[in-house]
Amino acid sequence: MDLAAVILGMALVTHIPRVLPPAVMRSVRLPAWFTHWLQCIPFAALGALIFPGILKVNPEEPLVGLAGGLTAALLALLRAHILIIMVLAILTASLCSYWLV
Amino acid sequence: MSRTDSTLQTQRDFALGCRAGLPIAIGYIPIALAFGTVAEECGLHLPLAVLMSMAVFAGASQFMAVSMIVAGAGWLQIVTATFFLNLRHLIMSLTAAERLKHLPRGWLSALFLGLTDETFAVLTLDSERQRSRKSTAFVAGLVLTAYAAWVTGTFLGSAFARFIPPTLGSGMGVALYAMFIGLLIPAVRANRPGIVIALASMAFCSLFGQLLDHGWSVVAATVSGATLGSLIMQRKQAEEERSESD
Repeated sequence: MDLAAVILGMALVTHIPRVLPPAVMRSVRLPAWFTHWLQCIPFAALGALIFPGILKVNPEEPLVGLAGGLTAALLALLRAHILIIMVLAILTASLCSYWLV
Repeated sequence: MSRTDSTLQTQRDFALGCRAGLPIAIGYIPIALAFGTVAEECGLHLPLAVLMSMAVFAGASQFMAVSMIVAGAGWLQIVTATFFLNLRHLIMSLTAAERLKHLPRGWLSALFLGLTDETFAVLTLDSERQRSRKSTAFVAGLVLTAYAAWVTGTFLGSAFARFIPPTLGSGMGVALYAMFIGLLIPAVRANRPGIVIALASMAFCSLFGQLLDHGWSVVAATVSGATLGSLIMQRKQAEEERSESD
């Protein structure tokens, strides 16, 4: 199997859905309910990306991801900077995986 | 605006985009290192691993492809699985394109080659920069920072595979989730119904995850969560209008 060809095939099918919408969207007038629906997509997508995936941060111990996520949520509620949130969540998750696994 | 002014503005927007991409870069590097290492160990050696990161730029599908190559899958299986796993970007691209419809669409199409879960999250949820309209230069800075981190990380992981311990601190894996949470919470603070949509979508994703593989359950949960959300919001709007007319 020619791996370079497989990679090119993967690139093609990955990029078509990425570049198509901006190219064709303005030729079509979007109905109001659809743009309204699109406004809800970021929240829905983020929810689906965060959970339950976060439980698999450590494949053996779901508490590792959960502890990191709760730390991030708490700091975000306290309006911490995004980089502080990330560093402290990593620290919490690392400590948890050290203790638990 | 004079020519130098607009050049300055472009440079400033590009720098802002790079800064907005920094959390993504920090989150990508450990994952890209892991990808380079795993690819190397699975026989997908340096030029090919880096080529895959440069050409595909979609983490989950790259890990999947390596494991399928090792398992002896055929090219059609790998390409088909990649297509379905990455189909969620179609909805994300639609959403981001609608948000950025003030930008020239040729540029947008080109820059959306770099649309990932993470760049999408920053583009659509970053409330800090929502007030100033996002320019092409901003999107370019964001996407290129993320891309550079992904490709560089893959190269380093692949080149130094034998020196990198297999468990690169499992705590690092939480970085991008922390970034998602750090973007989501300020966004729902500005837009309260967003939290209902996000929580509903989490529940949907847990449910669909029992039946479908990861790519499909994210797509199905996103569609269900957004549909539920727009129904609730429309109803609320109608109620408000009714109480106003009373």
